[in-house]
Amino acid sequence: MRGNRFRHNLTTAMLLGPATAWLVVFLVLPFIAIAVFSVGERAPEGGYQAAFTFAQYANLPARAAAFWNTMVLAPIGALACLLVAYPVAYYLALRAPQRWRLILLALVVIPFWTSLLMRTYAWMYILGGRGIPALLSYIGFEDIRLINTPGAVLLGIVYGYLPLMILPIYVSLERLDRRLLEASADLGATPLSTFLGVTLKLSLPGVMTGFSLVMILLLGEYLIPTLLGGGKVFFIGNALVDLFLQSRNWPFGSAIAITLVLVSVVVLIAANRISTRVSGARRVDLI
Amino acid sequence: MTAVPDIEFRGVTKRYGAVTAVSGIDLAVPPSAFVALLGPSGCGKTTCLRMIGGFEQPSEGQVFIRGQDMAGTPPYRRPVNMVFQQYALFPHLDVEDNVAYGLRQARPRLSSREIASRAGEALEMVRLAGYGRRKIHELSGGQQQRVALARALVNKPAVLLLDEPLAALDKKLRTDMQIELQNLQREIGITFVLVTHDQEEALSMSDFVCVMNGGRIVQLGQPSEIYDEPADLFVADFVGKTNLLSGTVAGHSGDLVEVALADGTVIAARKRTALQQGEAVSVSLRPESLSLGAQTSGPFKGIVRNRIFLGSTAEYAIEVQGIGTLLAKADHLIGHGNLFKPGEPVAIGFASGTPLAFAETKNNGANQRVDKHVEIIS
Repeated sequence: MRGNRFRHNLTTAMLLGPATAWLVVFLVLPFIAIAVFSVGERAPEGGYQAAFTFAQYANLPARAAAFWNTMVLAPIGALACLLVAYPVAYYLALRAPQRWRLILLALVVIPFWTSLLMRTYAWMYILGGRGIPALLSYIGFEDIRLINTPGAVLLGIVYGYLPLMILPIYVSLERLDRRLLEASADLGATPLSTFLGVTLKLSLPGVMTGFSLVMILLLGEYLIPTLLGGGKVFFIGNALVDLFLQSRNWPFGSAIAITLVLVSVVVLIAANRISTRVSGARRVDLI
Repeated sequence: MTAVPDIEFRGVTKRYGAVTAVSGIDLAVPPSAFVALLGPSGCGKTTCLRMIGGFEQPSEGQVFIRGQDMAGTPPYRRPVNMVFQQYALFPHLDVEDNVAYGLRQARPRLSSREIASRAGEALEMVRLAGYGRRKIHELSGGQQQRVALARALVNKPAVLLLDEPLAALDKKLRTDMQIELQNLQREIGITFVLVTHDQEEALSMSDFVCVMNGGRIVQLGQPSEIYDEPADLFVADFVGKTNLLSGTVAGHSGDLVEVALADGTVIAARKRTALQQGEAVSVSLRPESLSLGAQTSGPFKGIVRNRIFLGSTAEYAIEVQGIGTLLAKADHLIGHGNLFKPGEPVAIGFASGTPLAFAETKNNGANQRVDKHVEIIS
């Protein structure tokens, strides 16, 4: 009996061991290091010098613009993604002919096979002076600037993160029992009230998963603002790169990183709360 | 003048691509009736129900509800409600909100007080008062079934449609629900249309049974008519247990035909259609129309192979030389000592009624079915 339990525990330990070790080495330890850095001081030659001070946190407003851009563009980007993704997912899950479904889903995923960097560069050219603005000037619209604007960043965000939003919504709609829709119609609900009262509510876990996924990734986004936003639309991610690699102010960078993690956690918890409350689902399937 | 039928099908055909699911159905369901659409899977019964509900449109013909042509009327504008197979209750709503769902769709809007009181009444009707705040997944199958009933009835539909409503319940609960549904139908007095593949369920609950096969109505009648006077070989075989013996028409005597069976025995049988001399026929013998005795000089003699004790009655699988295995049912009011044992020789006679002879029709699979039936009992 006792040996049995020991064996059982040993098996569990062996199964969980690698993942735990991975998490400790690559997540927990770096996180602790960052947390320690964040209360330290910048060494005169750059990097970290031991200290205990909250000065770095007090200094956060110095990067207010980056925070502001991120806090505004991340939710707006996630929302824009959602608005584009929901109809696509709805069509794929509920309307598309069965034999087309897999092909269409593959088309959604295929762009992922190319690096985001290359795809974003492509957008740089499309939006840049010799792209769409050049076309527009042919038909008489001179001096239209697209690249290096918040709009371009938003476009890049929607383009880059769309599949991450479509897939979870598609899964939740695909799982939806079609008879519930018939039951709703049978009970006198018009197609619109069926959508609002049944389809949308039951797909909310998928919506929230997609939303928090995109939102969290956007909080750390660095590439798209750099390429499509020029130096003008600065995200927290850009601030971090700058602080760690250029000005070598590790403690300040760490303080920003810790704040970012806290914000992400709050977003996750809030999204989870909302979706369980509204859809009444017992499941917690965040990502 | 007869009353306007609650449901009427006029020449209704439904095709899915090249497949014809329902072909040329004419049916009128009188008000306040309990009708069962009975048939094997794929016979078109569910398609018929879905055409009443508005989830399918007929390819040809018309469906009327209380005299109104329903062509082009979407489900949400039809005065019928459905109890779905596996209930299709809304998992994100509690019991009361499920029941109130239909009431909330009413335009002009009903006051929340009226919604609450009508939902409460409906729950009381199905004996679930006090369960309003429960989550659907907290309920047992039987309770979910009742919620589905309350949800459908709360809108006071002209007709209640039931799609295999008892299929997911265990046997004991199913019997209880059969009685409950019957009572409910009498109490409310609206028409119930039940779809089922379970002949026992159809016979026990409904006023009329509509037997369907291959997209057509094969027979429409009261349960006793269907059982005692099946219209054809398919109905005889599908409804209740029966022995089907093949033979040929040897002669006529008055209204009856004489059928020579495989072993040479000649028995007299009633017929449904005119039968030619020498025509291949199947004779249907209900197990309970056979009598067993040690001495009775019946037309058949055989050896008991299996005994299936059923409490008040017992069924015997009896092997008869040259004919195969016959199923006979005997009640043993006389005392348990009269039970036959496997291996015992018995004589089989006719206790009641006259057997029915049907012309052999191709492609109804009747003979195969008998073989399968025999396989199961032996």
